[in-house]
Amino acid sequence: MDWDQLGLKMGLEIHQQLDSKSKLFCPCSCNLTDKEVEYEILRNLRPTQSELGKIDRAAFEEARRKLQFKYQAYSHETCLVEADEEPPHPLNEEALELASIIASLLNMRIVDEFHTMRKQVIDGSNTGGFQRTGLVATDGFLETPHGTVKIENLCLEEDAARRIETNQDGVTFRLDRLGIPLVEITTDPSIHHPEQVKEVAYMIGQVLRSTRVKRGLGTIRQDLNISIKEGARVEIKGVQDLDLMPEMVEREVQRQIKLVEIKKELKDRHANIPDKIYDVNEIFAETTSKIIASAPCVMAIKLEGFNGLVGIELQPGRRLGTEFSSYAKKLGVSGIFHTDELPAYGITEEEVIRLREFTQASENDAVIIVAHEKDIAFAALEEVQRRARMALDGVVEETRKALPDGNSEYLRPLPTSSRMYLETDIPLFAIDRDYVEKIRSNLPELPQEKKERIIKEYGLSDDLAGQLVRRNKVEDFEEILSQIKVDKTVVASLLAYSLRELKREGHNMDALDLEVIKDVLVLLEEGKVSKDALSEIIGHVADHGVTPLEAAQSLSLTLLSEDDVAKIIEEIVTKNEDMIKERGMGAMGPLMGMAMKELKGKADGKLVNTLLRENIQKIV
Amino acid sequence: MNYQGSAKELLESTNISIGDTIKVIKKDISYEGMLLDRAEDADDKHLVLKMDSGYNIGIEISEASLELIKKGEKPKIELAALDIEKDMEKPDISIISTGGTVASIIDYKTGAVHPAFTADDLLRANPELLDQANIKGKAIFNILSENMKPEYWVKAAHSIADEINNGADGVVVAHGTDTMHYTAAALSFILESPVPVVLTGAQRSSDRPSSDAFLNLINSVAAAKSDMAEVMVCMHATNDDSACLLHQGTKVRKMHTSRRDTFRSINTQPLARIENGRMEILDAEKTYKKRGSFELKVNDNIEPNVAFIKSFPGIETDIIDYHLDKGVKGILLEGTGLGHCPDHMVPALERATDSNVPVVMTSQCMYGKINMNVYSTGRRLLNAGVIPGGDMLPETAFVKLIWALGQSDKLEEVKNIMLTNIAGEMEEKSSLDHFLL
Repeated sequence: MDWDQLGLKMGLEIHQQLDSKSKLFCPCSCNLTDKEVEYEILRNLRPTQSELGKIDRAAFEEARRKLQFKYQAYSHETCLVEADEEPPHPLNEEALELASIIASLLNMRIVDEFHTMRKQVIDGSNTGGFQRTGLVATDGFLETPHGTVKIENLCLEEDAARRIETNQDGVTFRLDRLGIPLVEITTDPSIHHPEQVKEVAYMIGQVLRSTRVKRGLGTIRQDLNISIKEGARVEIKGVQDLDLMPEMVEREVQRQIKLVEIKKELKDRHANIPDKIYDVNEIFAETTSKIIASAPCVMAIKLEGFNGLVGIELQPGRRLGTEFSSYAKKLGVSGIFHTDELPAYGITEEEVIRLREFTQASENDAVIIVAHEKDIAFAALEEVQRRARMALDGVVEETRKALPDGNSEYLRPLPTSSRMYLETDIPLFAIDRDYVEKIRSNLPELPQEKKERIIKEYGLSDDLAGQLVRRNKVEDFEEILSQIKVDKTVVASLLAYSLRELKREGHNMDALDLEVIKDVLVLLEEGKVSKDALSEIIGHVADHGVTPLEAAQSLSLTLLSEDDVAKIIEEIVTKNEDMIKERGMGAMGPLMGMAMKELKGKADGKLVNTLLRENIQKIV
Repeated sequence: MNYQGSAKELLESTNISIGDTIKVIKKDISYEGMLLDRAEDADDKHLVLKMDSGYNIGIEISEASLELIKKGEKPKIELAALDIEKDMEKPDISIISTGGTVASIIDYKTGAVHPAFTADDLLRANPELLDQANIKGKAIFNILSENMKPEYWVKAAHSIADEINNGADGVVVAHGTDTMHYTAAALSFILESPVPVVLTGAQRSSDRPSSDAFLNLINSVAAAKSDMAEVMVCMHATNDDSACLLHQGTKVRKMHTSRRDTFRSINTQPLARIENGRMEILDAEKTYKKRGSFELKVNDNIEPNVAFIKSFPGIETDIIDYHLDKGVKGILLEGTGLGHCPDHMVPALERATDSNVPVVMTSQCMYGKINMNVYSTGRRLLNAGVIPGGDMLPETAFVKLIWALGQSDKLEEVKNIMLTNIAGEMEEKSSLDHFLL
């Protein structure tokens, strides 16, 4: 596809949780919990009256019905602030510092004074009915091989409560995630190639990873804005996999192109969407379709000029009908049937013919049916009519949800301009230029730079250096080597692999700090233990809280003197003289195994090998 | 405009005012947006700009120049008057507002929160109230409740009486929460009412979608329709937005700085629990004044010149002497434990009662009744003429003393009033149920 000719424009919005010690506006820790729920709080949210202040009873009723929420809370993991029972504490300055570092790495201009805002959100994900957010920096840029991308805004905001369950009674949230500091980074819509969007996301990811940010599932969220010249702006939420991004872009472009084609075709056909909604129960009175038979009511609408178009594929496996269906589903139905796919699902040809007769649909028209309770079916079909009318204009501006296969589905209309006002409970926060200067002159190395440097400086392998960077262990690595004279690769692989292995085996690694690791490596430096014994010693220290030396002793992992080792090897060789005579040097392998079993951790493998070889050679 | 000092000068010299769209140009950056006002207590070194994105930022102005892009129009909020027909089937409930905002209107263009005080505003924000009753609203003051004064209690009592005289079947008083229990106690003594008088408020301001105001208000209206012709406080029962408790006005206290369920009944059970407009009596043995059993009466004589003194380790007698020298008319002591203050205070308190200044003892324990016969200090205090306050809350006893001194200037009579249960403020029996409810 010729992206330039299509007028492809994209922007990225990245949300990243920060790894600060506490939440943005309270002292709770930033960790999620799966502990048994200790408190459940029931709340209602009411839309606040804005300047358009007419009494709309229907809207209020609707709001009231939908806006009941349950919140799960804890006595230690959460506090009154998340429960909206205590005013927010002052801004977490650590979070602001992290945000400022990220902003500086992205060449942004940090604002002179940070104002915390309330952004109205009444879907229950914030107990207050608003999210607290503030603008930290603007006007940054990122150089990519496809050209410069502007970084428009960086905001510091609180994460929302965690959605646990949605059922008939409403939505249940957990307060553990609410208030974790988050940066939101927005680029301008100047990204113009599917590969470039992946690149930008990757580069921003690299910047984020050079600072203290949360790692792992759900700690970073990417949203993509896409439009083509003849299309419209569509926001795709929750793109998880960077490698999928170009595919996702291509599929969205394809969807928009198809919708534009359909629009042209509909225009040629003078398509029209009549308001009438038909009760077609009688047609299906004796239907063999289980789905239809089990529903209390079947309703239908006619879409004039839509025949054959509802079934057109917009994305692999997703048709215009699927778009209609996602709108209908928002009102509680499980889906729709359209004549482009019928007869099917147990609906017979004859029923389709009668359906067409009943609605006086011509060959050019499509008929949509919904089987559900009458009110809901009616409302769902009204939604389909609304969506079908939008098809006459081509692409609809909307927020869509990224699907794992690269497709996307309708989520909600694009948000209208944000409803924001000042959070008066939090003082304004002036950021003086000396502070900004200090941050700028102490910027962390970007991950790629760091990796290249340690490969060069320490002669590490690409893999080992990469692991150290990814696991955030480079500082530890360099600190150890500056103080202890041990093999670089041993330290690197201990930090990159062994520690993780120990954790996986269930050792209490959180109890260990760098000092303990250093003490263990000092034993190695002093020749008291072998490098093979390091892991076991560390595991023992973690579990029993003893000193590394004590651990080595109680595990009998302190190195034996060369004489003692020689004695043990002589014994082994003597015991196995028959085998040596039989196999010659071929006995080296099995005997080495035996020796290492007995001497594991107590002697250096190289020494054992040399001594063993010498002893065997004496016999052979 | 709240801008001061250098910010004000800069704006005046460039003829730029709040609401204008401007460009602020600095060495390394320029911003465009709408100029907003700044908090009064903020510094004069920054301008506040609302950007297109909706975010506000502060811009340091020492090296900034301004450019006017578009003159702004003064945003004005005009809401059409409500035209509500009276429903003859429904009771008439008056809502009196004493301050704080019963409703807020947010202008998202500027981010300004406009406090709303009128009955119409109240109904626009809470139209469901009309399902319950014909609502008439009136704002009598607009003060934060920490600025409340005893004179205002009297004024509020008269406004409530006016509403009742004009046919209100019940009155709801919207009040700031800080001193709501003082006002509730005061109205309990000043008013004898044939209809319910219900005080309510909010711990989360009404501009928030999560405000507790609505539930408190709708349940207060339900309480005002009931047959409990008492002065009561109606606030959240728990953290949940599901039910409210109805507390006797003389036995309730704000017990938490910020929680919704801050108001708790002390030394008694709440009168009732209200959920979805339905009222459930919590203690069948507890009596209350029934609707229509009393004629409307306003006993509005008060003597606000009362000192409220808390005993503490190391307290000196000069604090008593100071107040006596200043001509205080009564002293309310918040003593320790069963009703004590240090021995060395006795002569000063004797001096008070000798000069016809009643001294009333309550306990800073809050829960439980005082008993000054158990320890020698208590007995000495009684001998010095200190009046025991029973199980009255210190705040209620303080308000009662102000009222009692308005009823009589004779020490014996004041003492009598203080020892008599007037408005449910004292209970003889202490139940096992009455702790930490």
